[in-house]
Amino acid sequence: MRSDHTVVGQNVRKVDGVKLVTGGPAFTDDIHLPGLLCGKILPSPYAHARIKRIDTAKAKALPGVHAVLTYQNVPRVPHTTAGQAWPEPSPYDTYLLDSKVRFVGDRVAAVAAESRAIAEKALRLIEVEYDVLPAVLEIEQAMAPGAPVIHDEPDAKGIHDASRNIAGYILRGIGNVEEGFRESDRIFEREYRTQRQQHCSIEPHVTISWLDGDGRLVIRTSSQVPFHARRQVAMILQIPVSRVHVIKPRIGGGFGGKQEMLLEDICGALALAARRPVRIEYTREEEFYMARTRHPQILRMKMGANCDGTIVASQLTVLATTGAYGSHSTTVQGNTGSKVLPLYRAEHMRFECHVVYTNTPVAGAFRGYGCPQGFFAQETLVDEIAHELGIDPVEFHRQNVIRLGDIDRLSAQLGEGKEGLPRHIRSCGLPECLDRAAAAIGWTRKRKALPSASHLKRGVGMACTMQGSGIAGIDWASAFLKMNEDGSFFLQVGAADVGGGADTVLAQIAAETLGVSLDKIVITSGDTDTTPFDVGAYASSTTIISGGAVKKAAEKVREQVLRMAAKMLETPVENLACGDNRVSTVGEGKKSATMTQIALHSMYKEKTQIMDGASHFNTDSPPPFCATFAEVEVDTQTGMVRVLHLATAVDPGVAINPAQAEGQVEGAVAQGLGYALTEELVLDDAGRPVNANFLDYKIFGAKDMPKLTTILVETDEPLGPYGAKSISEVPINGPAPAIANAIFHAIGVRFRKLPIRPEDVLRALREKETVADDQCV
Amino acid sequence: MKTMEIRLNVNGEAKQWTVAPGDLLLDVLRREGYFGVKRGCEAGECGACTVLLDGKPINSCLMFAAKAEGSDVLTIEGMAHGSTLHPLQEAFLDHGAAQCGFCTPAMILNAKALLDQKPHPSEEEVREALAGTYCRCTGYRKPVEAVLAAAGAGRGPAPRRAKA
Repeated sequence: MRSDHTVVGQNVRKVDGVKLVTGGPAFTDDIHLPGLLCGKILPSPYAHARIKRIDTAKAKALPGVHAVLTYQNVPRVPHTTAGQAWPEPSPYDTYLLDSKVRFVGDRVAAVAAESRAIAEKALRLIEVEYDVLPAVLEIEQAMAPGAPVIHDEPDAKGIHDASRNIAGYILRGIGNVEEGFRESDRIFEREYRTQRQQHCSIEPHVTISWLDGDGRLVIRTSSQVPFHARRQVAMILQIPVSRVHVIKPRIGGGFGGKQEMLLEDICGALALAARRPVRIEYTREEEFYMARTRHPQILRMKMGANCDGTIVASQLTVLATTGAYGSHSTTVQGNTGSKVLPLYRAEHMRFECHVVYTNTPVAGAFRGYGCPQGFFAQETLVDEIAHELGIDPVEFHRQNVIRLGDIDRLSAQLGEGKEGLPRHIRSCGLPECLDRAAAAIGWTRKRKALPSASHLKRGVGMACTMQGSGIAGIDWASAFLKMNEDGSFFLQVGAADVGGGADTVLAQIAAETLGVSLDKIVITSGDTDTTPFDVGAYASSTTIISGGAVKKAAEKVREQVLRMAAKMLETPVENLACGDNRVSTVGEGKKSATMTQIALHSMYKEKTQIMDGASHFNTDSPPPFCATFAEVEVDTQTGMVRVLHLATAVDPGVAINPAQAEGQVEGAVAQGLGYALTEELVLDDAGRPVNANFLDYKIFGAKDMPKLTTILVETDEPLGPYGAKSISEVPINGPAPAIANAIFHAIGVRFRKLPIRPEDVLRALREKETVADDQCV
Repeated sequence: MKTMEIRLNVNGEAKQWTVAPGDLLLDVLRREGYFGVKRGCEAGECGACTVLLDGKPINSCLMFAAKAEGSDVLTIEGMAHGSTLHPLQEAFLDHGAAQCGFCTPAMILNAKALLDQKPHPSEEEVREALAGTYCRCTGYRKPVEAVLAAAGAGRGPAPRRAKA
């Protein structure tokens, strides 16, 4: 790591911070447009039904209604809503509107009206006669013989086996697991279940669409993927990409939920039909069941280990549901194998997964992207193995985890919906993460502490996790820089800052490379008309991929600046260096020109705009590593689990902005705590959500949080700009297994289903007492 | 539609607005350009729409605009004086306490209401004051630190870390 950086590695303020703390008009909905209409979607009341008859005459006749859309008057273009690089690996099984509805909340019709009240009244006036079909709600029933077929439409593409409701299927491995299990001294096999979690970004999905003066469709939207949204909307509405302009303002949280083209298509269609601006914003209730969730999974994990603590073989068999549509279906589930199993150096690995359709809310991308499920299973089983073998879990991890110089060969088998590329571990701070997080939690002392005699039992547990930094060979980004008369630079990036601070980090990289202070960089991001392409904010890609593009573009512009300065100062380019907002000669006879002088000279003497752009991608996805340690207190009278302390140590490569990096960790673990203990979108036996609000669906508040310790263990990643990898996703994986393991340490009971609710703990304690009465140990 | 006139003070300025009896304070404030008042749930659960009504934090999504007649309303737009930010706003910037920034106005207003009553609160009290504002980005640690720093007399610059 270099220590001579002046901007990179500094806790600079967010470049968009003032606008945010003063409540400036920054977000999608923070504009007034004359003639703006309110768009509303009529949700299906049934989990599975065919629309026999739909009559919109009364709705259309209602004064103030300007457009009513059903499947009968919109183009039918199979597509995926997953905001992924073309060609998307998700099946094309979704339609703008369809004659069949596949979950409670599926689109039946859409209206645009002069007020919300009129729009809601118009929805009530739409007469729909349904042919209600049997629904599949449980994962295990989806593939059963005779199960209702959810996608029986003939024009869907890319579904693995529609007749058996299988959206996707994955089978990959290295070595020979059967042989590995035969070689192992001990075999451990357990089943785990994870739930439907919702992103709960505080800003719901919101899109405003209108036609500009040239008749182009403008879409101002809360999106992580403005360029993918543009491409998809153009395809669905059958207009050229060049006739669509997507604007991503400030985004009020995404977490993967906005890596979807979710409202952009229908809002655009309404604006085209009404020839007026239209705004659609999900209510909080709609956000819960009409947006996206994390994929629920049933995971069967089997590991073979030797008595000395060496893991020999690991096998993970997953049954997951993508809900009614296959958004991100094979890619999320692929990650459950490819990013989880290779944490250990076992010779033999096998991953098999069926992703099935059910008539439930649609699952999609969600921070961690399949890893929280996989690591919950793997890290809970590994804790069990260590316990059975009498080895301290920290030691067990040290012995088995992937290390510097290793090659993860499973990743070569399991890429983004197809074969991928091997991962070479070129930076790894995991051993130090383990040491420092263990020390922070007081591991050695607390593991040996005698059990409390009171009803409050304490325990400590841990987990190790990893992730990726961009999708190898697929994610790419570009950046453009141009110099202004005052020595400042406009930086234009397609990258989509969704609140995590990407604009700041990218501006820091540009400033560092150009040798200017941060205030000399003015960034514009995520606007498909004015910025160059970027896949968007997902897969922990922005810092490494978009940052890589910015660094390359800045290096090219720096070259132009130096050449211009060489002319002015009459000295060879090799003698010059950028720094401190100027270009100076190196060594004796110091001469220099300020950036302002260089810009003025270039523009008005040489008639040359200093400007350049660059594109960037990687053929590898360097993993950030994480160690999560939890201390819990279990109330054996109420079953309540209180997390007292959560220590998270992360290796993000070099942290371009350490304070922002810490913020990513802390936000991720808050969501991980909810995943572990409180969050689950519950459906009734008709597939209707029963807790689609913040009172009944509990996310962690300021008073609910445990003490957090955040440790950045910086390493120097050769593939990253200034050594950076990524940080936003990896810390969400650890809390659930670390807490489950800490609960075991506290009360001797294993929990293999999330969330771990007080009633589950109480029930398990009662069962344990019953068993203990019958058993002689 | 029936309408009515209401008079109130917003950020120190006298306002006279025409509203419908059922209009929510949240909608009226946003309609009048106070975009810092955010819509997160419309049920008083997330707190993003917090404003101070006569100094006390309320959920503007749960209040009819008509009920604000004669009140002093403070929104985030009224916290800074010109280009001089309020110490809480400075502290949020210095501590990286605003990520996406959507709940930040509500956090800052709740913190202001606390500090106006209790200039030197404990961490517990700060967490209590922020408990009504859901944040999905920060895990609350940096917002709590920012409020405590703003409350402390000798608030220094952001902790800059020496690199290894």
